[in-house]
Amino acid sequence: MSILIYAESAEGKFKKVAFEIASYAKKVAESLGTTVTALTINTENVSELSKYGVDKVLKVNNDKLAGFNAKAYADVIKQAAQQENTKLVILSSSTDSIYLSSLVAVNLEAGFASNVVGLPVSTAPFQVKRNAFSNKAFNITEINTDIKVIGLAKNSYGLFENASTLAEEAFNPSIGDNDFGIKVESVEKSSGKVSIADADIVVSGGRGLKGPENWNLIEDLAAVLGAATACSKPVSDLGWRPHAEHVGQTGKPVATNLYIAIGISGAIQHIAGINASKVKVVINTDPEAPFFKVADYGIVGDAFDVVPRLIEKLKVFKAQNA
Amino acid sequence: MKILVCISHVPDTTSKINFTNGDTEFDTNGVQYVINPNDEFGLTRAIWFQEQQGATVTVVNVGGPETEPTLRKALAIGANEAIRINATPTDGFFVAKQLAEVIKTGTYDLVIAGKESLDYNGGMVPGMIAGILGYNFLNSCINITVEGTNVKAVREIDGGKETISTSLPLIIGGQKGLVEEKDLRIPNMRGIMTARTKVLNVVEPIDVAINTKAVKFEKPAPKSAIKMISPDNLDELINLLHNEAKVI
Repeated sequence: MSILIYAESAEGKFKKVAFEIASYAKKVAESLGTTVTALTINTENVSELSKYGVDKVLKVNNDKLAGFNAKAYADVIKQAAQQENTKLVILSSSTDSIYLSSLVAVNLEAGFASNVVGLPVSTAPFQVKRNAFSNKAFNITEINTDIKVIGLAKNSYGLFENASTLAEEAFNPSIGDNDFGIKVESVEKSSGKVSIADADIVVSGGRGLKGPENWNLIEDLAAVLGAATACSKPVSDLGWRPHAEHVGQTGKPVATNLYIAIGISGAIQHIAGINASKVKVVINTDPEAPFFKVADYGIVGDAFDVVPRLIEKLKVFKAQNA
Repeated sequence: MKILVCISHVPDTTSKINFTNGDTEFDTNGVQYVINPNDEFGLTRAIWFQEQQGATVTVVNVGGPETEPTLRKALAIGANEAIRINATPTDGFFVAKQLAEVIKTGTYDLVIAGKESLDYNGGMVPGMIAGILGYNFLNSCINITVEGTNVKAVREIDGGKETISTSLPLIIGGQKGLVEEKDLRIPNMRGIMTARTKVLNVVEPIDVAINTKAVKFEKPAPKSAIKMISPDNLDELINLLHNEAKVI
């Protein structure tokens, strides 16, 4: 009856989303009077999960699963759910987990609610609140099936420490060859940079920066804050920055703790993509820019004047608060 | 190659989002509908396959008669024919079951759906179709080429991308990158005229169990007013971010 989570890792270390769904699952488990079981795939050291309330880990070690494969991983999650007699599977909203979650739902004949924000509104009937209409509304969804799957929206719950005693158990699922119809030929990852998906802070630049040669302002500010860099759609359309940095409705979604928009006017499509961020700062020369209507803190000023001074002040602040 | 493009009929981004009937239904009053942007990237890529490799392109949508203008627009952009499954899309699983039925009867080689629709943001339909039919499935697809039954594709991952090889039949959850924004087509007069005479088949839905249902909608609480900070007082910004917002 335990709640099952899939705790994702990369290069042997758990992703932040793994701890977030563990924190969330623990809270739900307490209200249902049950425990949390985490499934891990090829992760050697799982002890960190005990910080966030996981009671039991099913450890899978299998060379066939060395690289992510949605169908194979979804099959493994299904087998783990069946072994644990799970009624509730909680998954994250990382790109990989979104990819496999609908397969898990079909495998388990489970009702599935994605993009869930916050704890269940009610557990009988089981109702959750989720983001809809590109963060312009919430939708309360009721799941009626015996087994339920929910996908927690990124950065919507946070990490909560809740120490537990962790039981580790090896788990050996059967893995069929027909799970590998999708073959990964090569992986390209921008190394040494914080990815938009993993970042707590994102610094984003728009057309107000006047040209790609000025992007050192964005990069330097991001470096002081340990932030990822992003850009508006016109900037990627103009080829100033790679498409992978484009955030907004048709670009990458951003749900970060702090989003700093520099020289971005705030078109509705841009706001739709970044509105799930908790705190928004805008720096723009135009006091009428629509971004000022949705931001928490605003500075009317020239990026070329404000940003270099902000970087220097932040360096001092970081040195004092290190 | 037979391609099926799944089209979601969604409110334009600039629409006001309101609810009626005790916040249980979306208020369609005054709302402009468009082809879901993620689906439009996929449709445009499908038209590329039609023009370059002789593929036939069918578009499909689950919805009432009011969604037909959206399908006609897809026909005007260049799709060969359209199918409307005559039902209100209640949840992702319902839609996936209906689409899977059409795919089984139509024996399509490549099914292109958007990775997420802009109304309910479920992001589950393409994966569910794949789960139901057991087809190969690639989500967050940003590039695809097909030779015979061999497929090369690219998937966006957190912090990078992966190059994939697979084979037809295949279902993809597509997004920007399949084509770029500048490649999107605005239907011309000739397209609009020929779209009127293209086949739009209406099929009745199959019975599907109700797994989930949207019981209520809420609007976010009004945001507190922005705090303006003088560009000469950046210490104040740092102070607020550190002590008030607690984000640095």
